[in-house]
Amino acid sequence: MEKIIFYILAAIMVIFAIASVSSRKMLRSVVYLLFVLCGVAGIYFLIDYNFLAAIQLTIYAGGIIVLIIFSVLLVHHIEMQLELAKPSRQLLTALACLLGLGLFLTTIYLHPFEVVENTNTISTAEIGTLLLSYTDGGFILPFEVISVLLLAAMVGAIVIAKGKKLSTNNQSTS
Amino acid sequence: MIPGVSIYELLTVTSLLFFIGVYGFVTRKNLISILISVELILNAAVINFVVINKYLYPDMLQGAVFGIFIIAVAAAETALAVAIIINLYRQISSVEVEEIETMKH
Repeated sequence: MEKIIFYILAAIMVIFAIASVSSRKMLRSVVYLLFVLCGVAGIYFLIDYNFLAAIQLTIYAGGIIVLIIFSVLLVHHIEMQLELAKPSRQLLTALACLLGLGLFLTTIYLHPFEVVENTNTISTAEIGTLLLSYTDGGFILPFEVISVLLLAAMVGAIVIAKGKKLSTNNQSTS
Repeated sequence: MIPGVSIYELLTVTSLLFFIGVYGFVTRKNLISILISVELILNAAVINFVVINKYLYPDMLQGAVFGIFIIAVAAAETALAVAIIINLYRQISSVEVEEIETMKH
């Protein structure tokens, strides 16, 4: 049963990822990306990491996709078609990607992974404790750094998005 | 772990996703499309972290925690990129890569 669901999810993810990088309509390509992200959340549910799946659905599918859709709507006319790269360049890139994929897959399939059979699951409480623990192997410092990074990125995004207007206002008042 | 699904199949799917993202990153000529491709690449990386944590070291949590960190960094990156794109569009009315030369200086 899980096997069938996994294959369906994998097919959905790969097909919609290809559609998302090759569609010529901007908004459609964003919606295809949404399907890919939902498929990723499905994979997390399948391997029993419920907290990560919830994060994936809320932050990616809920936040980032909405942000990208807003920027598409602000920047583009909906009926506009994207211009494509030259066919020779597309072919060359595809060949390079296939070469890299072959290299990856041979390396992966030659490596003997020591898989541990288990049905463990991670509770949210465990993740929270690890994130805030300051003993050996705790993640309190990266957690603080990431929160400061998020704050700085948000402030920077606001400043950049309205930067021009701010500076002209300053010049006119000074 | 998923019953009946080996780690090799999962890693194959993530490698496919990664290289589809790389292909889009190189061939697209539009800033927002490039952003979408970067999201694909980051997602493939996160699945790899989580899958390897689950299959090889099921008693640890480090893979899941790093997955959360990568998702946070991706959120910050997307917010900044969208702000830059909107600012650029306001100044030169275009988000095509070839016309963005004012950022070089």
